[in-house]
Amino acid sequence: MDIKELKEVCRQVRIDIINEVADAKSGHPGGSLSAVEMMVATFYTQMRVDPKNPKDPDRDRFVLSKGHAAPCYYAVLAEKGFFPKEELKHLRQLHAMLQGHPDCKKIPGVDAATGSLGQGISIATGMALGAKHGGKDIKVYTMVGDGEMQEGLVWEASMAAAHYKLDNLTVMVDNNGLQIDGANNDVMSLGDIPAKFRAFGFHVIELPDGNDLEAVIDALNAPTEPGKPKCIVAHTVKGKGVSFMEGDFNWHGKAPNEEQRQKALAELEA
Amino acid sequence: MSEKKATRVAYGEALLELAAENDKVVVLDADLSHATMTLNFSQQYPDRFFNCGIAECNMIDIAAGMSTMGYIPFASTFAIFGTGRAYEMVRNSVAYPHFNVKLAMTHAGITVGEDGGSHQTFEDMALMRVIPGMTVICPCDANEAKRAVKAAAAMDGPVYLRFARAASYVFEEEMPFEIGKANVLRDGTDGVIFAIGLMVKPALDAAAAMAEEGKNIAVVNVHTLKPLDTETVLAYAQKCGKVMTIEEHSIIGGLGDAVASTLIGNGCFGFRKVGINDLFGQSGTSNDVLDEYGLSDAKILAQVKDFFG
Repeated sequence: MDIKELKEVCRQVRIDIINEVADAKSGHPGGSLSAVEMMVATFYTQMRVDPKNPKDPDRDRFVLSKGHAAPCYYAVLAEKGFFPKEELKHLRQLHAMLQGHPDCKKIPGVDAATGSLGQGISIATGMALGAKHGGKDIKVYTMVGDGEMQEGLVWEASMAAAHYKLDNLTVMVDNNGLQIDGANNDVMSLGDIPAKFRAFGFHVIELPDGNDLEAVIDALNAPTEPGKPKCIVAHTVKGKGVSFMEGDFNWHGKAPNEEQRQKALAELEA
Repeated sequence: MSEKKATRVAYGEALLELAAENDKVVVLDADLSHATMTLNFSQQYPDRFFNCGIAECNMIDIAAGMSTMGYIPFASTFAIFGTGRAYEMVRNSVAYPHFNVKLAMTHAGITVGEDGGSHQTFEDMALMRVIPGMTVICPCDANEAKRAVKAAAAMDGPVYLRFARAASYVFEEEMPFEIGKANVLRDGTDGVIFAIGLMVKPALDAAAAMAEEGKNIAVVNVHTLKPLDTETVLAYAQKCGKVMTIEEHSIIGGLGDAVASTLIGNGCFGFRKVGINDLFGQSGTSNDVLDEYGLSDAKILAQVKDFFG
């Protein structure tokens, strides 16, 4: 796929996110919309996965540590063909495949059960360690939220990833600056995020605009230093693509009503 | 009498045997390998041993991740940390997706002794038992510990293996071990004791003492707390009428409650739960704290005489 087609995938994923959350009448649109470019770029330009063989033991792995961005994850998986797009309409419904947070027991293409913050990056570290130990050329990608980094487990995992020299692990930070209760800096300041990861022993790439698809792809393509896990700290916009959601923490975990859905879709389909 | 041996020591030995049989077995520890007895494994199989440092939550999730890559991780630390501090990682990252992680935790119960109340956990089996799909095993001696480790490795899914610090009695006779199948060690008709872990031996001794007084008390070793062998529990309770449970664990949420839940609605029974009575522990030698909390041989015998006599 060329960049134009990938941008079209991103646009479609955003439309899917709005519809998923509006249909479900609950869910997390803000942090789903900020993560679109990174997730699309990862699944479409990096990962060796086969939607027809989602359990292939030699596949690359993706762990959505910020599991509440599930609407984005599910839209990307559906676009890739892991399951029919029809499923997106039933997100969060009783007996539906698509759970409120990623569940690897139920959903093809999902490699771990996440949603409890901090755990995904730690599970991904274990996967990368297992791949390395087995001498397998398997890459592991994980995405953490910025607010998520308030969980101590993120740093326990980061310490281990550097200690075990997991250069097959890529951590993406969706740094949109906002969390449920407000701005990171008002809730619990995160300080210098790139410096923190550097200090832990990561090869760090800073992205001034994590919603710039080409820049995201370049960052993912950039090799890490041998023996160092890679961390891409991407400054993103929460609610990206929907004007009235952009930069507003109130859209962290709130569904648009019907009027808001139509307004959002009109912008995305323009 | 045979040499005493701690179940944690048997765990360490079992790991070495398993390692030779199955190259998918890997071991994780959180800076306690000298105490959890994973040390020998770490020395003989350094490439299959992963020290996670003093970070138990991360260890559990790393084990979860490794299990998805086809490994059988044994994650070890003290029971208080593995089931307490890392509870939610066990619940959400291991049990919820039903990953093949073995939680092999040592220093459970009161027999931890001198380290005191912060390190003695009587809640661990309760915490693990309420998690759907979790298998919970507490072996009665070193031999059973070894068999339990191998059985846990042979099955798919999460298992909590509970080991003790203190050296304890080793039964000479070879006992069968099947996960979920309680062992009737002594038959009887006047009452039944369901015991788990290190409490099996004093239960048997007490039953032997009762026999001299003409009372035939059955003793059942319930090594698997979950899935509980409800068939054997129900059959012996109905046959014997009076039921006692003995565990080195809180009387809340452990064997006593599991047996009681099985019997509710299935008859009328005399029932007594013997265990830690909703208290925190304290420092002291194993024997001293066992006695202080009512679980020494003498105190158990007194309970048995009082209840069945």
